[in-house]
Order: sequence, then structure tokens, then C-alpha cells
Amino acid sequence: MNNFLFGVFPYIAITVMILGSIIRYDRDPFTWKSKSSQLLRRRQFVLGSVLFHVGVLMILGGHLVGLLTPVAVFDALGVSHGAKQVLAMTAGGIAGVMALAGGGLLLHRRLTDPRIRIHSSFADTGILVLLLAQLVLGLLTILVSMQHLDGHEMVKLMSWAQGIAYFRSGAADHLADVNILFKMHILLGLTIFVLFPFTRLVHMISAPVRYVWRPGYQIVRSKRPAAR
Amino acid sequence: MKVRAQIGMVLNLDKCIGCHTCSVSCKNVWTSREGVEYAWFNNVETKPGIGYPKDWENQKRWKGGWTRTRKGQLQPRQGGKWRILANIFANPNLPDIDDFYEPFDFDYDHLKSAPEMQAFPTARPRSKITGQRMEKIEWGPNWEEILGGEFAKRSQDQNFEGVQKDIYGEYENTFMMYLPRLCEHCLNPACVASCPSGAIYKREDDGVVLIDQEKCRGWRMCVSGCPYKKIYYNWSTGKSEKCILCYPRLESGQPTVCSETCVGRIRYLGVMLYDADRIAEVASVEDEAQLYDAQLGIFLDPSDPAVIEAARAEGIPEDWIRGAQNSPIWKMAMEWKIAFPLHPEYRTLPMVWYVPPLSPIQNAAEAGKIAAQDDMPDVRSLRIPLRYLANMLTAGDEAPVAAALERMLAMRSYMRSKTIDGVINLGVAKRVGLTPHQIDEMYQLLAIANYEDRFVIPTTHRELVEDAYDLKGGCGFTDGNGCSSGHSGSLFGGKKFRSPQEFIA
Repeated sequence: MNNFLFGVFPYIAITVMILGSIIRYDRDPFTWKSKSSQLLRRRQFVLGSVLFHVGVLMILGGHLVGLLTPVAVFDALGVSHGAKQVLAMTAGGIAGVMALAGGGLLLHRRLTDPRIRIHSSFADTGILVLLLAQLVLGLLTILVSMQHLDGHEMVKLMSWAQGIAYFRSGAADHLADVNILFKMHILLGLTIFVLFPFTRLVHMISAPVRYVWRPGYQIVRSKRPAAR
Repeated sequence: MKVRAQIGMVLNLDKCIGCHTCSVSCKNVWTSREGVEYAWFNNVETKPGIGYPKDWENQKRWKGGWTRTRKGQLQPRQGGKWRILANIFANPNLPDIDDFYEPFDFDYDHLKSAPEMQAFPTARPRSKITGQRMEKIEWGPNWEEILGGEFAKRSQDQNFEGVQKDIYGEYENTFMMYLPRLCEHCLNPACVASCPSGAIYKREDDGVVLIDQEKCRGWRMCVSGCPYKKIYYNWSTGKSEKCILCYPRLESGQPTVCSETCVGRIRYLGVMLYDADRIAEVASVEDEAQLYDAQLGIFLDPSDPAVIEAARAEGIPEDWIRGAQNSPIWKMAMEWKIAFPLHPEYRTLPMVWYVPPLSPIQNAAEAGKIAAQDDMPDVRSLRIPLRYLANMLTAGDEAPVAAALERMLAMRSYMRSKTIDGVINLGVAKRVGLTPHQIDEMYQLLAIANYEDRFVIPTTHRELVEDAYDLKGGCGFTDGNGCSSGHSGSLFGGKKFRSPQEFIA
């Protein structure tokens, strides 16, 4: 069971996420959007959305760097496991609280504002609830981590993530005896990966960073072929 | 010189009766769908008024259009690229739907299904967003119709700048005019510039500005970028939409729906040739009052052999060049100079132009005292303040607007003496710098306004860019998932039809 959940399911989840996103982008680009509801009600939106997005982006970046950087790199840099864990707990904690506060505002608005509520699909509300649950689980793990600040538990998680990322066999074994909260957090995270292509989350892939180096401001389309 | 063609529009406000036929026919064709009930690609405002959405002309508030930086560069007023991206999680300059209005319908069914009651059944309003009852409708797309509402509110109109507006609140001195508005299909569109996804583009062959619905991600920056507030976020599909200048009709040589149905025959459509290389230079002229003149300078004379040659070199078809030569837009904007862009100070180089309206002489008592030469009153004594029109059409420069109004008065005076007295009044023609022939032409285009004179629209030339054999048996319009046969090509295979060439201008 442990091997299926933490050794096989990650690959299923990542495959569904990647393939599903590609298929959706190719077959139904019209549905690919941020689905903003700012026009309908500004109240609670500006603060909620900014807090939520900034928090979540910080957390995403932290997880990517923290989990996938090889342990040897930290050792070489002279960052002790304990120090890294404290850093992760502090930064992650602050970002998590931001995201949770913002997401809470957004969920409250989504459920109580009649304009937003009636036009929320099951997926819209559902994914927000799941993300908030994931944030709560993530923040709870900080409590667990506080009981052992030596970074030992964290290294297990890093070894697992890197085992999955680099196709090492036996990756799931690293998680055999970590706290149940970590396991739940990981499972819910993988479930969100599975749901990713079927929800509005896809808009994060099209973050329009290209805009910054798009030459000039204007765009003209010609029907004529490229011979110019 | 890089010649490009643009379909431009002129609206003769002198003849607009404010019947809203344009708005209604447009709505029925394009925006009678969920998500855009509140959107009017074409709407008619009564001026003075704050308009739709509320206060749209106040760019200090909405940050639409362009600003000129100290270095002389143009930048969207809502901020440069980094600034726009920084606002992507929540756009601080986005109007609420309540600034447009909450769309509503009435319980008409109740009128016939109500049981017997003491009072007559009424049709009460219901929100088209929530479906719930609306107790009181606070605002609508045409709330200020025929000077509706208090003067204190209407006079927040930005065009009153520099006008002693208090006296116009008095009944005896009040004035009004209609302003039909639609997308300006600008030469320097701020919406295109603001779109982080690059989904908005200007078509090279006819200048129509469109939003690629499949590329739009709903970041909403175009809504705040457009100073005319003519981009509407569809809250149902999560994509922005705008006036498409009825391009399927234009392509086959037909006028837009708003122009076709205009009962006052106030709308004109025609080709203008312009120099695309000069857009940035013209739009960044330092003095705002010079922007109208600068924009006149970007248009190319379609009768000039050098221009014709350059146009051919750019691949502009012959009938488009002929169309430009017969363009009613050219005559009104360039030859007679009676049409003006709406708010040139937004620096977007708009392409829907307006002939300013004449208005009654200030009041009867003064009328006798007015110095009238050649049967013509002074345009400064017209009821609509000249400064008001100038604020709207020439960034405050009164002289060109006055000259246009004089020419229109002169045309009336000239034609009156010609048809009633049988006298050709050369004096009046000369006074406004027109020849009798020009006045006859003006009369023909403005007063008679025949269909074929108003709309000079060359058809599009798909045969130059597409292989008609490929299109044979094709499926016309689709929403991207192929024809009704269910076949839509392989998932990772190439697209069967060439996608349009995109380039940065």
C-alpha cells in the first residue's frame, strides 16, 4: 500500500497532470483561462487574490527548491539540515498564513456573495476548498516539525521527492515511518496534481511572462504568408 | 513609408436623433448572450453626462489610453509591462459591473400568469446575474437619456473642463447632444498594448482590432487599458469581448449592422490609407492639442501617384486603392475637415470620427443682436459651448471645431439661397474656404446621404491568401473543434490551414 501510494501514484498523478493539460490546451483552448470574477464583485477580491497568489507562488517555489535540490548541495554549501528546516518552516509558515488568509477571503466571497456563488462551478469551489485544506495540512506539519529540529524528517521527504523525480527504486520506503500529517499532505498534493487539468488551475501555466520581452507594444496580424 | 489600409467610420452627430436603433440592432446580433448582457458594443449617450460606464472619460480615475513619458516615449497610462504584470492578480483599475450596470430583465410572464388580484400585476425587475429580484434599479446603460438625472451629477462630465458650467444647469441655457460610441479601431490601440497574453491584434488588411478568444486568458488588462471602455469582460466565458466592426459583413462589402440600420443615415464607412511607420511618432506628439493635426498628417492622399505606387508595393489591392479615393471618410476628415476624432488626447489615434452637431442660437432675445454675415450666425453663440465640443473632439483646440461648424452653417445658407432664391451665394462659400462644387458635394453626402455614397467598402481578398480549393467543402465558422463530421485532425498533428501570420509593429 505504501509503495502504491508513494511509489506509483506520484507517477500516475504527474502523467495525468501533464497529458491532461496538453490535451486540454490542444483540444479546447477556449476553456483555458483564469476565470476571474473581479468584474462581478470587487469587495474582498483585491486583498484576497493578491495574498493568495503571492503566498501560493512562494510556497510552490519553496517546495520546488527545497524538495528537489540534492541533499549534497546543502551539505556542500555548509547549510546544516537543521538550519534548512528552520528556514523552510519560517518562510513556508509566513507564506502559508498569507495564502490561507487570502484563500479564506476568496472562499468566503465565493460562498456568500450571490453573484459569485451562482456562477461557481463545482470545480471552482471544490479546488479552492482542497487548496485551503492542503494549506492547513501544510501549516500543521510545522507543528510536527517543531518537535524535531534536526532536519532528519525533512531529509526523508527530500529523499522521497528526489527518488520519484530521478526514477530511483524504493523511493516510497523513505516515507514508511514519517508522521501521518506529512503523508496526508503529500497524498492531497498528488490528488491536486490529478485534478489540475480539469480545473481553472491550468491558468498558472500561461502566466504571461513573455509579455515582458515582447518587442514593442503593438501586434498586427496579416493574412499573407510569411514571405516578407 | 509603409502604407496600410484602415476601414474608418464617421458619425454625423448633426443628424443623430438618439433613437438607439444602432445599439439595439448591434445588441441583437452580437451581445444577446449570457455574460455580456451588460455589454453594448455600440451605445448612445446623451451629453453632457458621465456616460457608460460611469465617468469613462475620466482617465485620472480609470487610467485608460497612453501617457507620454518625460523621455517622449509612449506607455499605457495604467503602467508599463512590469507594472501591468504586477497587477495581474487583481487589476486596481478595473471597473465593477455596477459601473456599467447590473443587467436585468422583467418578470413579463407574471403579467399573464398572475391570479386575480386587487391591484394590477406588474412586471418587476430581476437580475440577469443572480436571478434574484432587484428592488431598485440604480443605473442603466442609458441612465442619462435626454438629460435624465440631476445636473450636479451629469455635470461631472469631463468635457466641461474650462467651461463655466453652472449656467448650463439652468433650464433656459441647457443644451444636449447625442454621442453614439463604439470601438474606435485605433491605429495605436492601448488594449492591444495592455494584453499580457498577446491575444488582441490589429488586422493588417482592414485595421479591425480583434480579440483571439482562444488566446485570451482573462487577465482583464485590456478593459482598463482602453480609454473608451469599449472592451467588455464576459463574466460567463471568462474572456474579453469587443466590437468586431462586423468584419464578416465588411469582408463581403456590407456596412456594419449599426451603420446599416441607422435611420438617420448618419454613419459613413470608407477606406483610409495611412503611413504605419509614423504611428509612434504621431501618437507621441508633445502638445495634446496638436494630436488632431498630427493624426491628419498620418493619412496618405490616395490620389498621389507616389502613395498609389507604395500601396501597390505593400500588396494593397486595386479596389482598395479606388475605395480610398472615393472614401467618404477622406472627404469629411481631410478635404472638408468637418470630422474629428473622439478624444485624441488619449493618444490611441482613434478611427471612428465625428461631425460636431450644430445647435440653436443661444436665446431668442440675443438672436437679433448677433452679428450675422451672409445670413450666418457666429458659431460661438450656438447653444452647445464650443469649448465643450473641442474638449471632446480636438483636445481643447477650438479653432478647427469652429471652422467645421461654420462650414456646415455655410452649406445650409448656400443651399437655402440656391434652392429657394435661385441665387448662387459665392460670398458664403468663399468665407469658409469652399468652392460651390465642394458645397454641392458636401450637401450630397451629408444631407442626401445615399447608401452607396455613405458606404464605400471594398470586399476582402481571401483568394490572395487562401487556397479556395482547400476551403471547398469546409465548415465555415466553428469554435475550434472541427466540423460537424466530428473529424478535427490528429491531436499532435499540424493544423490543416495556415494560421495567420503575426508580426510586431
